[in-house]
Amino acid sequence: MERIQVGGVSLEVTSVGEGPPLLFLHGGDYFAQHRDFFETLARQWRVFVPRHPGFGRSEQPDGFRTVHDLAYLYLDLIDRQELGKVTLVGSSFGGWIALEMCVRCVEKIDRLALIDAVGVKFGGREDRDIADIYALSHDELLARTFSDPAGAAPDYSRLTDEEAVLVARDRQATAHYGWRPYMHNPGLRQWLHRVRVPALVLWGDGDGIVSADYGQKLCRSLPKARFELIRKAGHYPQIERPAEVADAIDRFARAEVL
Amino acid sequence: MKVWHFSEMAYHPAWPQLRDSYRVIVPSRLYDPKIGADLYHRYLDEWALCDELGINIMTNEHHATATCADSVCTIPMAILARETKKVRLLALGMPIGNRNDPIRVAEEYSTLDVISRGRIEMGFVKGVPFEIAPANTNPVDLMERFWEAHDLILKAMTSHDGPFNWEGTHFHYRSVNVWPRPYQQPHPPVWMPVGSPGSAMEAAERGMTIGVLNTGWVRTPPIFEAYRNKAAEVGRPMTPQRLAYMALIGVGDSRAEGERRADQILGYSRTSGIVAPQFMNPPGYASPALSAQALKTSGAV
Repeated sequence: MERIQVGGVSLEVTSVGEGPPLLFLHGGDYFAQHRDFFETLARQWRVFVPRHPGFGRSEQPDGFRTVHDLAYLYLDLIDRQELGKVTLVGSSFGGWIALEMCVRCVEKIDRLALIDAVGVKFGGREDRDIADIYALSHDELLARTFSDPAGAAPDYSRLTDEEAVLVARDRQATAHYGWRPYMHNPGLRQWLHRVRVPALVLWGDGDGIVSADYGQKLCRSLPKARFELIRKAGHYPQIERPAEVADAIDRFARAEVL
Repeated sequence: MKVWHFSEMAYHPAWPQLRDSYRVIVPSRLYDPKIGADLYHRYLDEWALCDELGINIMTNEHHATATCADSVCTIPMAILARETKKVRLLALGMPIGNRNDPIRVAEEYSTLDVISRGRIEMGFVKGVPFEIAPANTNPVDLMERFWEAHDLILKAMTSHDGPFNWEGTHFHYRSVNVWPRPYQQPHPPVWMPVGSPGSAMEAAERGMTIGVLNTGWVRTPPIFEAYRNKAAEVGRPMTPQRLAYMALIGVGDSRAEGERRADQILGYSRTSGIVAPQFMNPPGYASPALSAQALKTSGAV
């Protein structure tokens, strides 16, 4: 683990691998389960993974209250770390941050890959586009999150106190940014035409948090995007199918621009 | 010592049909408004009797539950403000971190205080974790909102020279000008329920009365001690009325009868906290250290 300062904010970062730069923005939960995915990506990429402010061991600055703050922070991070043009990958909540970045500025973003992203509202006021993870029973939440809960869900009773505090911080920070409006920005949809980079929308075929149908709507809202399903995966395909997701991102990076 | 009569105005006819969760997700089809009307009148009649007997009255509020059909604590207070003549009326209270409009709270309490001719005691409560879902307020900054609302309400009730500006972290008004102003000057006594020495000190600093619920003879003395020490430190006048305690007791003609009734009351305490686990620890309501322990114990997300 390393630390970097971006502006006045101290962030925990993981930096692994050699190759073109890839900035991965994680989702709200299950960060510790990403090891295989990062190792696989690191064969092709220089992978850069910041822990969002308030998550893990990254500090929570007083003024950081919305996803907008995270978007500007990471646009600054790309500039200040001199990463060059990055491939931006965002999972779930991290996909929302990635979209907020892209509607602002794509100057330093080469391509965008979204994995079961949230952040946009498509349905009506009585439609629930994104499952309310805070109102689901433990069993139902796991069944909706993973294609194979028994194989993928971590056993929290085995965590050390310190590891458990990190998970609790992740959950708290996710709620801090995403509680209301729930996991989306009502104004984001009208600006998605500004995501003027080639985009890949990856989706777990068994995602019960945000359906593949939502993913296809998101794909159609982006000017240069294509959609790809990951089989036997839920809301975090990179945890359940790390090789398949890394391979899809590699193929996307090599593909001719649409 | 002052004594208070407290009822949650429960809708008990629904209790036999409740299963895993007594709160949040209980459908209101279990509520028969005709029976509910009879119950409201019964509770209000009991409180009218309290006024005759000189027993002070306390209301509270909870949401989406059959255990407490008083979802707006100031509504029964409004009836009591006129119907009673003598006793003090305490709402313990208003969940000001969950209410979106603190100015409305100031208006409600001020109006009640004037109608009752200065008999209101106003409670501000954090609210239990399972109140978060019905209010859909962010649990992470609940206490930040609580204290900002507290400061704004008191300023609104004690400012009498026309509108003032409030552009805070959570609440924004450009013309705060509450009418009527309260009957009691500078404002009605303020109460807050506390469960730890830390929150007792926060209340002592501000001269609030604390209400301590069922903390027993081991946990209560350090809470009261912390309050007394902090009040002395900041020079707040200390009276026994600043320390309130809610105990569960049963009274009967015989020991057996007393114990039977106490057990009935304890039965309420045992069951009214039955809530689906996902509503018991919303993220950020407790500190990461406490939530981490809950995570390890339950294995739940």
